[in-house]
Amino acid sequence: MPTTVPTSDHRIYDPAETLPRPELAALQLERLRALVERVAQVPFYREHLSRHDIGPRGIHSLDDLRRLPFTTKADLRQHQPLGFLAVPRADVARIHGSSGTTGRPTFVAYTARDLQTWSGLCARFLVAGGLRPEHTVQIAFGFGLFTGGFGLHYGVERVGAAVIPAASGNTRRQLDIMRELNPEVLVCTPSYALTIADGARELGIDPRALSLRYGHFGGEPWTEDMRREIEDQLDIQAFNNYGLSEIIGPGVSGECFAHNGMHIQEDHFLVECLDPETLEPVPEGEPGELVITNLTREAWPMLRYRTRDIARLWHEPCPCGRTTRRMSRVAGRSDDMLIIRGVNVFPSQIEEALLRVEGTTPHYLIEVDRPGTLDKVTVKVEIRPELFSDRMDRMQALRERIAREIHTVAGIRAEVDLVEPRSIERFAGKAKRVVDRRKLAEA
Amino acid sequence: MKLHQLSLFIENRPGHLGAPLEALAAEGINLVTLSLADTAQFGILRLIVRDWERAKQVLERAGWVVNVTEVVAVDVADRPGGLAEILKVLDGAGLNVEYLYAFALRREGKSLLVLRFEDPDRAIEVLDAAGLHGAAAEELFSHLP
Repeated sequence: MPTTVPTSDHRIYDPAETLPRPELAALQLERLRALVERVAQVPFYREHLSRHDIGPRGIHSLDDLRRLPFTTKADLRQHQPLGFLAVPRADVARIHGSSGTTGRPTFVAYTARDLQTWSGLCARFLVAGGLRPEHTVQIAFGFGLFTGGFGLHYGVERVGAAVIPAASGNTRRQLDIMRELNPEVLVCTPSYALTIADGARELGIDPRALSLRYGHFGGEPWTEDMRREIEDQLDIQAFNNYGLSEIIGPGVSGECFAHNGMHIQEDHFLVECLDPETLEPVPEGEPGELVITNLTREAWPMLRYRTRDIARLWHEPCPCGRTTRRMSRVAGRSDDMLIIRGVNVFPSQIEEALLRVEGTTPHYLIEVDRPGTLDKVTVKVEIRPELFSDRMDRMQALRERIAREIHTVAGIRAEVDLVEPRSIERFAGKAKRVVDRRKLAEA
Repeated sequence: MKLHQLSLFIENRPGHLGAPLEALAAEGINLVTLSLADTAQFGILRLIVRDWERAKQVLERAGWVVNVTEVVAVDVADRPGGLAEILKVLDGAGLNVEYLYAFALRREGKSLLVLRFEDPDRAIEVLDAAGLHGAAAEELFSHLP
């Protein structure tokens, strides 16, 4: 039975998404005051607040947020397990965790009301991206400590749509389920969406002929090129959403049909965009590190959590009617940020430039040196059959093209070295993309 | 008159030219001729071998990126102006030689050149029409030990 799949749908799940700005600000201030009162339950915050003599009555405007302390991932690790718990253990309804890159999970806790809030936040961005109660959603996220699976699961249920909790992996089985149950919506990581398309083709199935019409993707950084790729291969509209378990999980922000930035759920989160070096706000629209305060979380309040995610924030009216500020995709991690001759550069920008040249990202390595007084960037790119020509002029043109794209995307001049296949070291987990020799020289 | 040429991408560093040649030697594959175009950073090694398909397989299995191009083998009279005559014919037809190199093999007062064109078939037509002949791969390889 065919269900409605409009190409644009401006339905809004929660009127809070369209609050006039002054009302929103008043609500945020009220919630911030309540938050400052609640965090006194957490020793880490209590100590800071009493040292600086900050109480709920000392919060007069949202600018007072800047008097509150930052919280880092290291702080969370130091106070494991559950050192930031702000309610009695008996009130905890669920515990999730993020594995991070170190392997040991950092746990986060939710009260029953937090879970309600969370599913409502997920429902909001799902509806912003076309989900209707009559739809069926296949969730190919992991269900476990990772917040993606359960967060979206309850969000879909909240909207009143049907969930297929397929969980991650086993592409063949995903496709079998999809062909038997004809879900309109797919939820997974963007890279897994492409794996599903590949898997379909391997089985002789046209991925565009699948029942899918919308996809909600998150859990890892991706690019606009990847969106086009996913939309084209699966014949769907792809929506981006953002969140992190330390704050709540998915649901911090999500896209509407304008596909122009993710609406931040500002009635629940105060999001700052700061220069990761100076910790001062960057001008609107400039990239900076997202620092998030969750205003309403009972079990796990976070003051100014440094996400290390780099994105841009801006405010402009949106055709969908939401009044909230929007954020760009995550362009990188502030840990990975390189400052090249004064320009902030992220490895993801180099990756985007390479993607533009070839359509897929080859193995690459960014080397930074300072032979004299100026930084020198060399990008090593492994040659692939599609890139290789027996003609020297074409090979030189390829190098120039890559350098030009890097300049366009990242704003820096880089030397491009073409290298043999498999000459760049492979890593089992997260790839090491940067060798910065400047630090060694200074040390 | 058409030959299959293998091209390899190699970095311009010690040992990087020898490695693919050793891989071919280990399989008993002899090089008929070769040319190397290089920059400070990388080079393109172009090879003519008798059994190009097997050579390609050997090299790819060992991890090199190999490209196959059809090139044109042309007989050149081994006297002053021999090559100039051929180039005049090609220029007249508006054909651009992307690059060329010579064969180690020399027979019956003639040298042999390998020429790379954007469109090898059209080049062969032009050369044929001008009465200039190249060597067929089989005939050529029959002169080799």
